[in-house]
Amino acid sequence: MTELIIPAVVSCVIAFFTVYLTTPPLIKFLQKRNCTVKDMNKKGDVMIPRPGGPSIIAGIIASEVVLYAFLQMNEILAVMITSFLAFLIGYVDDRKVMGGWFKPIALAIAATPIIFLGAYDSDLAFPLFGEVQIPVLYLVIIIFMILITGNTVNSIDVLNGIASGFMTIASFSLSIALFIMQNFEMAIISLPLGLVSLAFYKYHKIPSKIFPGDSGALTLGAMYGTIAIVGQVEIIAAVALLPAVINSFLFLASMKRIVEHRQIKGKPVEHTEDFKLKATDDQTAPITLVRVILASGSLSEKQIGFRIFKLSMFSGILAIITAVLMGVSL
Amino acid sequence: MIGLFGFLFTMWILILIGGGIVVTILGPISTTGYGDLNWIISSTIKAVIAISLVVLWIFILLEIKNWIFKKKIKS
Repeated sequence: MTELIIPAVVSCVIAFFTVYLTTPPLIKFLQKRNCTVKDMNKKGDVMIPRPGGPSIIAGIIASEVVLYAFLQMNEILAVMITSFLAFLIGYVDDRKVMGGWFKPIALAIAATPIIFLGAYDSDLAFPLFGEVQIPVLYLVIIIFMILITGNTVNSIDVLNGIASGFMTIASFSLSIALFIMQNFEMAIISLPLGLVSLAFYKYHKIPSKIFPGDSGALTLGAMYGTIAIVGQVEIIAAVALLPAVINSFLFLASMKRIVEHRQIKGKPVEHTEDFKLKATDDQTAPITLVRVILASGSLSEKQIGFRIFKLSMFSGILAIITAVLMGVSL
Repeated sequence: MIGLFGFLFTMWILILIGGGIVVTILGPISTTGYGDLNWIISSTIKAVIAISLVVLWIFILLEIKNWIFKKKIKS
């Protein structure tokens, strides 16, 4: 355990400061090249640079390379390669409008390095009841895990600071769970994700100076999913991600099909005169987590963000309880 | 907000129960007498049951969602 302290500290410092220091020049670069989008929840034409994915992936790769130099584990390679592929997929989607089929198929392909590197164990562990061996089915789980975590994190990136703040809470919960389960190496491999998200949150929080874009959100989601697989904490990871899962679930249950956000005509929320957000009664609009939060009255963007973070902290606590229950057998 | 916390907690309980079903029912399934095909047959059976469980889980969640959020969304 003590020999892991130096790699852990060095990788955490590199993860945080790479994003913290590279994001301001990236903002300037994107502004110069006119790579900006309108912030729909601000008065007037407030243009925000996008995507912040390059600084996020830089932080992940730099910190994981350092960890690989110390630990030489295939799991680290799987995290790096899958996250980088997810970044490329997101970057393509940021630059060009791709069809609805593109992200699911491409993310499924991005998951394959985990299989080829053999960085997984096909036993699926559940709290209280133990493990189940599902060698063939587990390969399907690997593919779906990256696809689901990538898209789920992307789908919650709806307001200033939500995606990065949510991922900070979820990934630190996952790291704590890994420490509780005494999987120290994987806990250390997972720590950069929380620190990268935290550093990016500094610029993404309200009022946003940069948006992560698909490249940023898919990178965070894919890295989270990969850690869940290679760290054998699939169920715990799913629990920590539940608020985002609820968002996707409500969306799909109301739309009854997989659809890109830009294809939706109905508006789930609208602005009040004082530019707060309120839920609409548009029957064609999807039901989302934000719409449900606003069902009891209008709220500011900041207030909605804090409510989502409260939900995230609650699911993080449930994830940590789940980790404790992993050691309990009925 | 209480409804959302309740929904989140219900999902967690469903995950725990689902895990119990998977380990106690799905795990022990094995077939014999088909030679090299045994693992394919048992994996297929496991996959079919797992997918059925997921569908059932989604159906239960939809019912719970309607129960918790119906009044809220309508208002």
